[in-house]
Amino acid sequence: MNAFEYAPAPESRAVVDIAPSYGLFIDGEFVDAADGKAFKTLSPASEEVLSEVAQAGAEDVDRAVKAARRAFEKWSALPGAERAKYLFRIARIIQERSRELAVLESLDNGKPIRESRDFDLPTVAAHFFYYAGWADKLDHAGYGADPRPLGVAGQVIPWNFPLLMLAWKVAPALACGNTVVLKPAETTPLSALFFADVCRQAGLPQGVVNIVTGDGSTGAELVAHPGIDKVAFTGSTEVGKAIARTVAGTRKKLTLELGGKAANIVFEDAPIDQAVEGIVTGIFFNQGHVCCAGSRLLVQESIQDELLEALKRRMSTLRVGDPLDKNTDIGAINSAEQLARITALAEAGEAEGAERWAPSCELPDTGYWFAPTLFTGVTQAHRVAREEIFGPVLSVLTFRTPAEAVEKANNTPYGLSAGIWTEKGSRILWMADRLRAGVVWANTFNKFDPASPFGGYKESGFGREGGRHGLEAYLDV
Amino acid sequence: MSDARLSVLKTYKLFVGGKFPRSESGRVYEVTDSQGKWLANAPLASRKDARDAVVAARKAFGGWSGATAYNRGQVLYRVAEMLEGRREQFVAEVADAEGRSGKKSDTAKAAAQVDAAIDRWVWYAGWSDKIAQIAGSANPVAGPYFNLSTPEPTGVVAVLAPQESSFLGLVSVLAPVIVTGNTAVVVASEKSPLPALSLAEVLATSDVPGGVVNVLSGRTGELVGPLAAHQDVNAIDLAGAYGELHGELAVAAEKAAADNLKRVLRPAEVDWAAAPGTDRMLSFLETKTVWHPIGI
Repeated sequence: MNAFEYAPAPESRAVVDIAPSYGLFIDGEFVDAADGKAFKTLSPASEEVLSEVAQAGAEDVDRAVKAARRAFEKWSALPGAERAKYLFRIARIIQERSRELAVLESLDNGKPIRESRDFDLPTVAAHFFYYAGWADKLDHAGYGADPRPLGVAGQVIPWNFPLLMLAWKVAPALACGNTVVLKPAETTPLSALFFADVCRQAGLPQGVVNIVTGDGSTGAELVAHPGIDKVAFTGSTEVGKAIARTVAGTRKKLTLELGGKAANIVFEDAPIDQAVEGIVTGIFFNQGHVCCAGSRLLVQESIQDELLEALKRRMSTLRVGDPLDKNTDIGAINSAEQLARITALAEAGEAEGAERWAPSCELPDTGYWFAPTLFTGVTQAHRVAREEIFGPVLSVLTFRTPAEAVEKANNTPYGLSAGIWTEKGSRILWMADRLRAGVVWANTFNKFDPASPFGGYKESGFGREGGRHGLEAYLDV
Repeated sequence: MSDARLSVLKTYKLFVGGKFPRSESGRVYEVTDSQGKWLANAPLASRKDARDAVVAARKAFGGWSGATAYNRGQVLYRVAEMLEGRREQFVAEVADAEGRSGKKSDTAKAAAQVDAAIDRWVWYAGWSDKIAQIAGSANPVAGPYFNLSTPEPTGVVAVLAPQESSFLGLVSVLAPVIVTGNTAVVVASEKSPLPALSLAEVLATSDVPGGVVNVLSGRTGELVGPLAAHQDVNAIDLAGAYGELHGELAVAAEKAAADNLKRVLRPAEVDWAAAPGTDRMLSFLETKTVWHPIGI
């Protein structure tokens, strides 16, 4: 059945020009780290070095915070309509440069170009558009007649959606009149540094956006800096807890968007083909590097066999490989470290007695790869049912009654998202009421929109990003 | 005076799961008025009492959060009705707690506080079926999807009641927590716990389901630790840890709260007599956003 094999359809790399090295973006200029330290950023698909990036230390973070503080006075005093126009400019420039940024993102992150081109970049631009419009309407947002910004925001973002997470943090912060110091993830610093160039083209005043690249130690310096008024973090629950301890007893306002172990619940009356698509989107989108991924499939016992057969058939058609190939469904795992974590948890799944299945698929020789994987016979006690794997690994559990489904879905310290598949409207609403999760997708999954608040219950963090709710994180209310 | 009747003193007890137990530790402490005159012995609650209260609050959460907003509003209004009938008792207790027993101006001050507290229950009662309309939203997403955000209660909330305002302050931190469907474990003002323990008697006769409000008296410093670190508490209001005396306590509590990422309302200077605003309700709500495709 190889008659209709796909021909390679690579997106051209020529559209993006990566410099051999980058400095830190502080006060409108690229500067080297004070101690001259730098680190390399790799393409996870080929392990080739893409560029060398400055490693910010305490002194650099301090300079960035001071630059942001200096810029805050004027930026916060600008009429909202003027701030809005800067943000609209940024949104437009991102749209103009979206192919370049999409290719860059796929190179540095490993995600398929189809996703960076059709999801990440359009959503980034939309997010700036959305919050641009709020900048001169804050008095109508329900936070009082004249809500004030907080000051300097320290923002630390993850590697799974580098530019999108930047947009989620920077757009509302600037719209509300704050200035920012942003630390992109160690393994994906490039799109944030290109964003610095977007700010330059937009004529954004110097110091309003500062970007300090580095590892976890840079992030720790930033959140502990006494000169910031706000900490926003997206990443692991473990680091989120450490940050919450760091800011305890300070005036810093904190919002956290952390891990998840979402249940995707399929009832026997669900439209099976749509549910299978939703399950696949839920766990294999972005290699499963998604905090709200539907990583626990809860399937009603009566349709288990039928659903799993359809799911395995669908998984067998997923194409794993070159992120820049337009036909690729699953790209590279972001780093060797993450691959090791996924591998270890999958091995634990087998060792604990769950049954592992993956379609036969050829993985490239270089780079970091993990085939889409399914575990059946999973119990609630198994590590693959409890711990966030953050990779293309789905754990399948079963249930008999709606009450049992709710019980199992909520049996986790996380509470970011959940999915429900059924044709019965009243059951959707009954379930949605009882699921302790910040986002509930019914008969769909992994949908995002700048107007839609996103964020977790319980140990998935607090605060919301997106929508009117997302403004609160950056206002003194 | 031979015809003077000897009054019947009250044994003050904790309020846990709708019942009035003594502290499992068997301990009490002396409560005095501002002049040092003995008023009563209050239970000196232990860590175990705190844990029992959390269990009771968790057990009550499903029913209370699942009740209709209209129903919760009626129950809160009922609290105001019951308090109104026992107004004189509370005026006397607040006067004893915060002023000089029997002094006229202190009694007037206490009366103003009790009246404000009763009115506050009425004010919050009315919020039960309105908060979702101001805190929720219908979101115009760029696609064929129904998308609605609604606030939901966070869960079990530990509340350190203000130390100085033993009744108006207490009501001002408790009512906003429970009106939205949370359940509460309240640590009463350490030096003036009696109005809080008496409020429990009002709650018990106001259709507030057992476990929705649990009241502990004792050492704030002893009780805050187990509550802040408790893995089944979802949020903590540190109002009662305000001031220099409690500064370190608040920081330690916030750090302990990070272990399961409790929502923390930090202590701040608050004028309990001023109009409250919606902040305290909003602090203990989660936003849930539900998506569904639109199609035929």
